Amino acid sequence: MSATDSTEHHPTGHTRRDFLYVATGVAGAVGAAAAVWPFIDQMRPDASTRALASIQVDVSAVEPGMSLTVKWRGRPVFIRNRTEQEIAAANEVPLDQLKDPIARNENLPADEPATDLARSAGEGRENWLVMLGVCTHLGCVPLGQAGDFGGWFCPCHGSHYDTAGRIRRGPAPENMLIPTYAFVSDTVIEIG
Amino acid sequence: MSGGHSTYTPKSGLGRWMDARLPLPRLLYDSFVAYPVPRNLNYAYTFGGILTLMLALQIVTGVVLAMHYAPNTELAFVSVEKIMRDVNSGWLLRYLHANGASFFFVAVYVHIFRGLYYGSYKAPRELLWILGCIIYLLMMATAFMGYVLPWGQMSFWGATVITGFFTAIPLVGDWIQQLLLGGFAVDNPTLNRFFSLHYLLPFMIAGVVVLHIWALHVTGQTNPTGIEVKQKTDTVAFTPYATIKDGFAMILFLLVFAYFVFYIPGFLGHADNSIEANPLKTPAHIVPEWYFLPFYAILRAITFNIGPIDSKLGGVLAMFGSIAVLFVVPWLDTSKVRSAAYRPWYKLFFWLFVANAIFLGWLGSRPAEGVYVALAQASTFYYFAFFLILMPLLGLIETPRRLPNSITEAVLEKNKAGAPALAQPAGER
Amino acid sequence: MKMVLRALTAFGLGLSLAGSAAAQEHEEGGTPHYPLKKPVEQNWTFDGPLGTFDRGQLQRGFKVYREVCSSCHSLDLIAFRNLQDLGYSEEQVRAIAAEYEVQDGPNEAGDMFTRPATPSDYFPAPFANPEQAAASNNGAAPPDLSLMAKARAVERGFPTFVFDVFTQYAEGGVDYVYSLLTGYGEEPPHGVEIPEGTYYNPYFISGPALAMAPPLSDGQVTYDDGAPQTVDQYARDVSAFLAWAAEPHMEARKQTGFTVMIFLVLFGGLVYLTKRKIWAELH
Repeated sequence: MSATDSTEHHPTGHTRRDFLYVATGVAGAVGAAAAVWPFIDQMRPDASTRALASIQVDVSAVEPGMSLTVKWRGRPVFIRNRTEQEIAAANEVPLDQLKDPIARNENLPADEPATDLARSAGEGRENWLVMLGVCTHLGCVPLGQAGDFGGWFCPCHGSHYDTAGRIRRGPAPENMLIPTYAFVSDTVIEIG
Repeated sequence: MSGGHSTYTPKSGLGRWMDARLPLPRLLYDSFVAYPVPRNLNYAYTFGGILTLMLALQIVTGVVLAMHYAPNTELAFVSVEKIMRDVNSGWLLRYLHANGASFFFVAVYVHIFRGLYYGSYKAPRELLWILGCIIYLLMMATAFMGYVLPWGQMSFWGATVITGFFTAIPLVGDWIQQLLLGGFAVDNPTLNRFFSLHYLLPFMIAGVVVLHIWALHVTGQTNPTGIEVKQKTDTVAFTPYATIKDGFAMILFLLVFAYFVFYIPGFLGHADNSIEANPLKTPAHIVPEWYFLPFYAILRAITFNIGPIDSKLGGVLAMFGSIAVLFVVPWLDTSKVRSAAYRPWYKLFFWLFVANAIFLGWLGSRPAEGVYVALAQASTFYYFAFFLILMPLLGLIETPRRLPNSITEAVLEKNKAGAPALAQPAGER
Repeated sequence: MKMVLRALTAFGLGLSLAGSAAAQEHEEGGTPHYPLKKPVEQNWTFDGPLGTFDRGQLQRGFKVYREVCSSCHSLDLIAFRNLQDLGYSEEQVRAIAAEYEVQDGPNEAGDMFTRPATPSDYFPAPFANPEQAAASNNGAAPPDLSLMAKARAVERGFPTFVFDVFTQYAEGGVDYVYSLLTGYGEEPPHGVEIPEGTYYNPYFISGPALAMAPPLSDGQVTYDDGAPQTVDQYARDVSAFLAWAAEPHMEARKQTGFTVMIFLVLFGGLVYLTKRKIWAELH
């Protein structure tokens, strides 16, 4: 009557038993995995956060040479009405001098070169620059109209951006990101 | 932990390396694999495992709920509703946590009643029992403070009434109540400290659970016969025999739990808690959560002054006394026989006690008026009489039934009665 | 087992004793117990283990809320984006939201301003604060309706509450709202005092009469899907709408529950067989 002896030996019984153990184990593993999901799921942005994904901004009061900073998805978006000089300065830079030659504009193809036009709001709206005001190095907010190139300067680790928001010097690897946006009228931008 | 010598032999090089430095695998092996348990444990003995599962579930769901909850009177109610509406799977996590508390108590009551029935508190398991009582007290405190957090009407007024117990204490009562509340009434400081303590106490429970299991593994389980383990054939290895049985019981328990969570999640709660707390308006009918109802009935049963003790203090003392009496149960029972299976009179009064406890719970949900008060007084009397009169007395006058010589013999007798016996016992010892 | 039975008998005896005592006390007319009449149980599309909301009914109920209830009752916990649950498209929700003005600000000048609502905004309340709501309504502030279908429960009593576990009765609040809305117009029974400015309604949970005047009348709200334009239908639809508002994830809950229960039954069966196998080898 000890735990180990006196097992009757059935040739088929063993495969059936093994199958039973495997099936139980698999079912348990599947159940455990499914039970874990809600605990991960709850970490994702919730419904109210996702609902704030797009905002509309009235830019009618932003004159050339002025900027507006709005909060979008918890981060600043710089909206700048650029002066003629700023646009010209950005256009003068040859593309091969850029640290990051990609436009990083979510409204354009992913490999679009970083011309000033590709960074701006497009033909006829070259003066508008709408970009996420977050340094691509480690996420600080750069200061406007500062740095060696007259664009933005990130005080955290010394990244310099030009008047089209392109990285020119410093540790940041990429140009500042241009989010999905569109002019819904001449004076209203919808971001996101 | 199991007292006896360890049978663990590391199989791999890594196992030997670890065993020489931190023998954690050995501890786990000795405690949860090789650990011998009586072979005749029935399903009433699976609730320890179920309780461990529920504690883990409450801690895990609680930690993630705390990621979204705001312990502030302005935000608490809305943040809970945000969990219910906006947080991904939030409704599921909150319903699991809220109903999980109730099912934690379902399991703990079965566990306690099982202990009372089979005499699990008797020597040498007094400390094991007392540790269990401490866990139960901590559970009650945790559940009470957790119920305040959603900041509904019942949260608020429950907290007001329960902290009001302390004002019954002579001289320092008001001072103690203000100390607990952090103000003159339940308010933001109260909510903040309750949240903090509600987060802390489950980990203290987990700590006491470790001691509880340690004490259990020193003395070993009791079993339905109440006879101590005498020979190797009396026991089986914890794994796989007890683990698979516990596992099956857990699934059955979870099945009932899931039924409540998914189909009637509000059944055990109160509608008034869907109304945000309002310090200026008391709900018509305040009742605590169901698991406190018997004690609530005892509290309200004392409607008369006893000498210098007025009815308010008397009620509070009776209520705390009804829990305190559990701590001394090991010394109140005078019987030489452990299990109620062999004690016909104790068995009868035990089941009466269970029915009485349920009846007290029902009375606790009634308004304290008319005949309910008298019934609650009679029930309260039986509650205390069971512990203070019947337990000492029965042990002295009762004639127990004949005990089997060993667990193995009891199992074989049972098998003979039910199915044909398979084999004779290999040896007596 | 005999002991269990005996104990249960004793317990049952106690209960019946208490029950008859309670009935007796009621006849003597001690403290009156409200409501005077229990809510009438209705059939809802969303009751039972596989219940789902009827989108058309929710949209009609929303229309009743908008055109009738919303002039006094807020719906604080519902955002316009939630209306997509009712079967509206994103465009329709945007259009509905735009019909409401919400306060925003401060702007650059530091002033608060109003703008048309967007889907992420919440329903604006009809009154600025509870004090204003009370002042405009004879001192009784109309309660928020977001959780109304969960916030009212008339006691079911023993043994009904035990049966409720098995019938999955969880619509007490919805039945209450429906019964209240259709419960006006009866003559108060002899001896029941109706205070000035209140309306007799035997279904009201905390008294014989309430401060809310009968809100619905036949033909008051125009339905464009051919549903009858009666008080009964309005009450039914708006109750269903409030059931949704109180628990928007109810359908997901019941559907998830179905999967979970099936899994647990199958897994439990497997574990039981495994357990039997393991223990059989012991002998």
